[in-house]
Amino acid sequence: MTPSEGARAGTGRELEMLDSLLALGGLVLLRDSVEWEGRSLLKALVKKSALCGEQVHILGCEVSEEEFREGFDSDINNRLVYHDFFRDPLNWSKTEEAFPGGPLGALRAMCKRTDPVPVTIALDSLSWLLLRLPCTTLCQVLHAVSHQDSCPGDSSSVGKVSVLGLLHEELHGPGPVGALSSLAQTEVTLGGTMGQASAHILCRRPRQRPTDQTQWFSILPDFSLDLQEGPSVESQPYSDPHIPPVDPTTHLTFNLHLSKKEREARDSLILPFQFSSEKQQALLRPRPGQATSHIFYEPDAYDDLDQEDPDDDLDI
Amino acid sequence: MFVELNNLLNTTPDRAEQGKLTLLCDAKTDGSFLVHHFLSFYLKANCKVCFVALIQSFSHYSIVGQKLGVSLTMARERGQLVFLEGLKSAVDVVFQAQKEPHPLQFLREANAGNLKPLFEFVREALKPVDSGEARWTYPVLLVDDLSVLLSLGMGAVAVLDFIHYCRATVCWELKLRILWRRPSQPAVHRDQSFTYQYKIQDKSVSFFAKGMSPAVL
Repeated sequence: MTPSEGARAGTGRELEMLDSLLALGGLVLLRDSVEWEGRSLLKALVKKSALCGEQVHILGCEVSEEEFREGFDSDINNRLVYHDFFRDPLNWSKTEEAFPGGPLGALRAMCKRTDPVPVTIALDSLSWLLLRLPCTTLCQVLHAVSHQDSCPGDSSSVGKVSVLGLLHEELHGPGPVGALSSLAQTEVTLGGTMGQASAHILCRRPRQRPTDQTQWFSILPDFSLDLQEGPSVESQPYSDPHIPPVDPTTHLTFNLHLSKKEREARDSLILPFQFSSEKQQALLRPRPGQATSHIFYEPDAYDDLDQEDPDDDLDI
Repeated sequence: MFVELNNLLNTTPDRAEQGKLTLLCDAKTDGSFLVHHFLSFYLKANCKVCFVALIQSFSHYSIVGQKLGVSLTMARERGQLVFLEGLKSAVDVVFQAQKEPHPLQFLREANAGNLKPLFEFVREALKPVDSGEARWTYPVLLVDDLSVLLSLGMGAVAVLDFIHYCRATVCWELKLRILWRRPSQPAVHRDQSFTYQYKIQDKSVSFFAKGMSPAVL
């Protein structure tokens, strides 16, 4: 079994998601946010590419090489070509270690390769580049890098190129994000709910309508992917397990609790305006001994006891 | 330092973490008590502290420090504390010609692109001194606060670059602790977010769970 076949022997559904993200080639945009980070998915894709035998280049600007390589076993780490732009990206230390031209120069150099081996370039992060380079320049270079394999007139000697770009959505305005989005063959927007991460995947295949789907997943410590069904409908409302529930009635100056007897008395109380069947019966049945009140009336001389003409004004 | 805050963060001066970056954010309120807490905390932990103070004068921090049990003057004299008093230096840098680049050089320049001189000041201050014996436990950088740099005309990217370099050189190479303060929406990491309410008293801060009635306190 070749390494790439071995890599494909994972679960069918896991293969679908990572493979579908890498299959199209071109620019794969990973849009994340502070709440739902994308670096883990980037690393999962990097691991997948490495296991498939591709040449993997990392342009590391945001985190140290140590931190990026953490979690990969030595087999994967040996296959990664790491370009370190974390330690001194702007050449402030004035040593000659920094790659001339910085990260953009490194990216441009990758446009000129002639290998037949498929290559994956991971940009950690695209946001870092977008904040420091003009958007147009970056888009032109990205287009050139990700479309090397489809140049007309060039024989298919250049292998498939995938560029994985991590973009922190919250840092940029809609203009640059829209420009990068239009360049991307595949766009993954990370989100989630109730502690469960999701990826909304938009694929733009040439000459076909774009397809989109949402996949719930979690990333395991070894950066393999675990696909999930999504949060259940009747799951508990998110409660913080770290803060013990505090009883606010503990230190009050008045008593909010009821004793058992008090509770029973309260429960058996009938409300005065509640119409229950007992009350209905009581109203229908004349109560014995009800006629206990009499009115004693002494009529005056001028009183008219004629009920038919109480005002005495009928002229009959 | 506030003991209750130590309990909440599960840390004490003897066993504080290294190599970490802590961001203190306040929005619509004043979080400066946190700055005083961490300053006294790390001085008590016997760390070498570089404090870039752009908001208040040295005497202000010193007075509060005394209430919390640390003497900034003594810490500065024995070399434990390197204090950049932004308010005073700003006057120096603007009204006097400087021979060498001043940490706040950007105040003189019309189009200051970056905070490289400030970074170099920090790096110099926290460089380990080869004196044969380690006097201090580990270095700490405290900045109060980053929003002042934005107000003084530095772009957000320049401030981000400064943070990047402090993180890369100082946090990673020298395994430091960096604390920043800037006003913004607090960035909450999904996995570990705790929310408490607090009340500041004369010499201490008390923390309690959300929703407790003021009648209880």
